Amino acid sequence: MTTGTSMGLAEASNAAIYATMVTLTIAMVLFAASFASGRRRQTSQVVAQQRAVSAGGADGSDGGVAVLDRPESSESIDPGRRLANVAMSLTWLATGLLTVALVLRGVWAGRVPWGNMYEFSISSAWGVLVVFLALSTRRDLRWLGLFVVAPALLTLGLAVTVLYTEAAQLVPALKSYWLVIHVSAAIICAGAFTVAASSAALSIVQSRREASGRQWVGPLANVPDAERLQTFTSRIIAFAFPLWTFAVIAGAIWAENAWGRYWGWDPKETWAFITWVVYAAYLHARSTAGWRGNRASWIAILGLVTFLINYFGVNIFVNSLHSYAGL
Amino acid sequence: MSTVRTETPAPPMDSQGFARWAWRQLTSMRVALILLFALAVASIPGSILPQRGNNPLLVDEWLAERPTLGPILDSAGFFDVYGAPWFAAVYLLLFISLIGCVLPRVGHHWRAMRGQPPAAPRNLDRMQAFTSQNVPDAPADVIARVETELRRRHWRVRSSDDWISAEKGYLRETGNLVFHLALVLILVAVAAGGLFGWRGNVIVKEGSGFSNTLTQYDAWGGGRLASADSIPPFSFTLDDFAVEFERGEAQRGAPRLFEARVALQSEPQGAVTEEVIQVNYPISIAGAKVFLVGHGYAPTFIVRDAQGEVVFDDEVVFLPQDGNFTSTGVIKVPDSTPQLGFQGIFLPTSALDDVRGPHSIFPDADDPSVFLSAWEGDLGLDSGIPQSIYTLKTDQMEQIGLRALVPGQVWEFPQGEIEFTGWQRWSSFQIAFDPGKEAALIASVLAMAGLMVSLFVRRRRVWVRTRPDDGGSTLVSIAGLSKSEAGDVSDDVRELTRIVTKEEGEGRP
Ligand code: HEM
Repeated sequence: MTTGTSMGLAEASNAAIYATMVTLTIAMVLFAASFASGRRRQTSQVVAQQRAVSAGGADGSDGGVAVLDRPESSESIDPGRRLANVAMSLTWLATGLLTVALVLRGVWAGRVPWGNMYEFSISSAWGVLVVFLALSTRRDLRWLGLFVVAPALLTLGLAVTVLYTEAAQLVPALKSYWLVIHVSAAIICAGAFTVAASSAALSIVQSRREASGRQWVGPLANVPDAERLQTFTSRIIAFAFPLWTFAVIAGAIWAENAWGRYWGWDPKETWAFITWVVYAAYLHARSTAGWRGNRASWIAILGLVTFLINYFGVNIFVNSLHSYAGL
Repeated sequence: MSTVRTETPAPPMDSQGFARWAWRQLTSMRVALILLFALAVASIPGSILPQRGNNPLLVDEWLAERPTLGPILDSAGFFDVYGAPWFAAVYLLLFISLIGCVLPRVGHHWRAMRGQPPAAPRNLDRMQAFTSQNVPDAPADVIARVETELRRRHWRVRSSDDWISAEKGYLRETGNLVFHLALVLILVAVAAGGLFGWRGNVIVKEGSGFSNTLTQYDAWGGGRLASADSIPPFSFTLDDFAVEFERGEAQRGAPRLFEARVALQSEPQGAVTEEVIQVNYPISIAGAKVFLVGHGYAPTFIVRDAQGEVVFDDEVVFLPQDGNFTSTGVIKVPDSTPQLGFQGIFLPTSALDDVRGPHSIFPDADDPSVFLSAWEGDLGLDSGIPQSIYTLKTDQMEQIGLRALVPGQVWEFPQGEIEFTGWQRWSSFQIAFDPGKEAALIASVLAMAGLMVSLFVRRRRVWVRTRPDDGGSTLVSIAGLSKSEAGDVSDDVRELTRIVTKEEGEGRP
């Protein structure tokens, strides 16, 4: 079936994936080194002052000044910063390579590269990186690099080792333009949920540290304070939640076309719903007294867990209508 | 990190007080949060345990394997989680909480939109964003200028001699309310669809027909208020069912094409049209939709009795058991004496090994064969208890023997003979009528629009206060406060500063 040139395309796509992984590995090491060498430029007094200013909102509403950029001090000479800059460039490079890999895979198969779990996985890794890089054009996210590149690399590793499948045509159930709409939304959500969970996890660590009142020199020193991390998390989820809502609605329309009912509590649908409800709970928690801080952050992490259960758990272990995705 | 905790006061003892207390609890954000979690958790068992609505056979299997645990879970509704009373209790409570929470806010928001922003507080320097400027203009000029500019930018403005209070972003609350009310609408639409809608499944063999009446369905389920009148009287014949499977190395055997060609008659005396039904491409007739959901094989057999009389001549629907369409089915021959019955396995592409026994290695019929087990005795059809056409009751029968056949082969035994003459395909259709689905879609779109507005519009207030300075100039205080979670007003304050100082362009104050 496969001709000489198309074989070449497949090999080129796989080569691009491996190149991506190598680049990402170097980026991860550099991010980690930069993270570990972090030194606090701000004294904790400055932080405390900022707090006092920002906590003065009337109406009891939150007054956090939500600019995430850390004040630029003499950071440009910090060696950790320089490492992180190189790592950022490598992440851009890796994302470019991964884009090439996906395009080649799609050209080879003659369709969108979303036909099986291998392809979904590399696309999700791509989604994680793209969301991260898109956000990084607007604010300084070097502190987050390690926690985004690591999960992306892990996903790619799983994809090439466990999930690898030769490209093939789509099963009839997947032949629909709803596939493109539904899956592209889900892939961006995968990226955004991952970034949000990473920053939520960091915010929990950061807030524990702040509560202990210890001065911190070392890892986390270059990470924004807990409140800014929480704000950052909630902004990403505010973006991703409507998109996830859209993905679920698109899935329901597709299901109506394919199976004659828009909602059938199939395990995949059920877990999509659970993810949706958990993120709705997150948004509620952010406006509920006593829930805004670490509890909300835990809910953001839980949201990603339910998303992953849906992806790995339901595809692999549960007998679902959606199990055609081909391992 | 926050240690704010609203103490819950003890419930009052008199009944009216208690009711008011309970209502206030139910409609609080905290309870809404807990109910959302409860809904997520309550949904989980239905994704792990087999459900009657999706897979009744699997439920029976599960129950048969667990004689103690099974019935307990069954009586608690764990095999029909999404119809179980406890599941309904969770979502109904949540929606009652939602309505109780949102309706008062509709009134509140209505008044806020028609009213004016509150007066400027005395001290602005404690606000989230604050700056002060010294300008040469008179206070009245500053106020007038700021008011004009804010109104031009669609702020809602309230002013006096020496202060201005302005607010923007009311759409946020509107969006929030639309979102929550649309959720109620979705629930209503889903419920209406469930009450008035119906859905049926039917298996149609190639060359056979189906007419849309209740009796023709293999399975039919309707809501409590569904009536047979809403079943449009169409009929169709399955002329041809085309199917192709992947033959290349990658994903060998994966389906590539299913296509049912039918001759459709929308009304009993209407014209016949040719239609194609594919996966993802159903056809619609008078509000109902016909979906292609599955397919399989129907091997054909002729059975003759000991005298050589034909006692059976038909195609028999076999149900696929795996991805390669190893299929099982049953042939019942009540018209011979003694009665005969056969259990069969149909293999589209045959293989036999010690571990798996007879099984198929490819889903298309490249090398078909059947394995039959023949029985004689009483089929038990007269007992009055309805029997499945896919199982043979062998407790009053005796086995004659086992045999494998390829098309054209005849197996002779003392009581007669059976000939495996060939095979046909069948396809299964789901025919569904859901009058709520359009409303559900509209409500979903409404919910999404409201959600986006409520998450992306920022609600904020700004204030300007003027005070004449000693030197004839004016001291202007400018402040802003975000009213939405994680909001930022520094841009607005910067903009106001530019207006106050009459500074042009993007220059930072
Ligand atoms: C089906 C259940 C519910 C879902 C899925 C849900 C979902 C959401 C979502 C996604 C948001 C964030 C979007 C926004 O800020 O507008 C939100 C906000 C809100 N919800 Fe709900 N909600 C539900 C029930 C309730 C209930 C029962 C209450 C009242 C007790 C409530 C009160 C609120 C309030 C006050 C906000 C605004 C918070 C803010 O302005 O930051 N919701 N809801």
